[in-house]
Amino acid sequence: MSKKTKKKTTKRKSSKKKWARVDGRKPDELRPMKIESGVIPNADGSAYIEMGRNKIIVGVYGPREMHPKRFSKPNRGVLRCRYHMAPFSVDPRRSPAPSRRDQEISMVITDAIEPALFLERYPRSVIDVYAEIIEADGGTRCASINAAAVALADAGIPMKDLVSSCAAGKYDGKIVLDLGDHEDKKGESDVPVAYLPKIDEVTLLQMEGIMTQEETEKCIDLAIEGCKQVYEAQKEALKKKYGMVDEAEEKEEETGEEETVEEEEE
Amino acid sequence: MSVKFETRDIVVPGDLLYEGRIRTGENTFRREGNVYSNKVGLVNYGNDRVSVIALEGTYTPLVGDLVVGMVTDIELGQWVVDIGASTDAILTINDAINKSFRTNFDMTRVLDVGDVVVAKIVDLDRRRTPILSIVGRELGKVHEGFIMKITPSKIPRLIGKKGSMINMILRETRSQITIGQNGRILINGRNREDEELVVKVIHKIENEAHTSGLTNRIQEYLRKIKEDRK
Repeated sequence: MSKKTKKKTTKRKSSKKKWARVDGRKPDELRPMKIESGVIPNADGSAYIEMGRNKIIVGVYGPREMHPKRFSKPNRGVLRCRYHMAPFSVDPRRSPAPSRRDQEISMVITDAIEPALFLERYPRSVIDVYAEIIEADGGTRCASINAAAVALADAGIPMKDLVSSCAAGKYDGKIVLDLGDHEDKKGESDVPVAYLPKIDEVTLLQMEGIMTQEETEKCIDLAIEGCKQVYEAQKEALKKKYGMVDEAEEKEEETGEEETVEEEEE
Repeated sequence: MSVKFETRDIVVPGDLLYEGRIRTGENTFRREGNVYSNKVGLVNYGNDRVSVIALEGTYTPLVGDLVVGMVTDIELGQWVVDIGASTDAILTINDAINKSFRTNFDMTRVLDVGDVVVAKIVDLDRRRTPILSIVGRELGKVHEGFIMKITPSKIPRLIGKKGSMINMILRETRSQITIGQNGRILINGRNREDEELVVKVIHKIENEAHTSGLTNRIQEYLRKIKEDRK
């Protein structure tokens, strides 16, 4: 297997002078990313993310009373995530019924986010996270985790840290960051990683395909570097919501209309 | 021993606020001896304490809070009231009517499912379930008006220092406003126009809660709208 791939690589190198990815990115470059928080007015917290051609909207509800009540826990809250792909998110159309894959990814997202929350503060309650994939282009679970973390922070749910997520993998014999749909399907291997950037902990690590031990380690390191870049974008998104008003405040300070006393408490 | 931000900087969950020993205030937590933020908010250093003023928050019931809730169920001798907290609140007959009653007492005559109540949290029981009471002035079933919701963390801002903000709004709009600490606000104006004005102003306060000099700005805003109407 490895011999075969090697052959392929050398062949390519001879035909083309410079190795490039399908979309012309560098091996350690993320796809263009856009995150926005507070997009659903009726949700407690929400976020919208575009990672390459992925488009995902996430809503957070809670902490609220758990229904059905028997699933609640007496000593801690429960995090419930739902990952769902819209029928039109992929070509050909996909059945809207939750598939086995949806269920698994829902569980994986839950486990990736849970370590960042203080669930013990909300006994007998539930925090619901709904991630709806509007358009899919590889790496939706990572993008969902990124958006969910922003949405949870936007909901004002106490968190130890944000959760950033990014995949790395092997495509065409090279270790690359943030695989797109084509690289995901045609590539040799895929390693999605979720990471708590400030605590320096990995909360999700999956692997698909075949790689050597060294390559896997390299992949994980690269993915963590990617997560750190994602983290900056997430922070930016959370602060951006208040940025516009901040400028107005600065202007006012210049004109000297600022009140010296702060009216924080009643 | 060092400060990592300046007072009133925006912080996000996981941001390191202070290295070393210091008292932790609201919305912060300690890990490995350092103080971190656990919410999106404005950091505040002062009085040997680090705290974060939350910009977004969920409602945590506290004894003494005035809340606006909706009756969702009637159980044996008690009503279940949704107050927007992580658990539903309980209102027992004893706390609803200030007189003796028989066991076959028809509870729907006092409150029915779907009724909105203004209540006070009198206790948190062993499971931290809020216990409500509607015995008292200006408490009880709501008969008219409408409810709007804002983030509970912005309620102190809406009230202002010693009620300066809300008193100003009451004066300018001549509406009845009941502010629940759970982020639900009951508004009952003299006419539709006044009510719309209240909604507008509260939305403005919610959007600009993290800026300073808000009361003055709101007052100007109200005057401007009123002048435009004339």
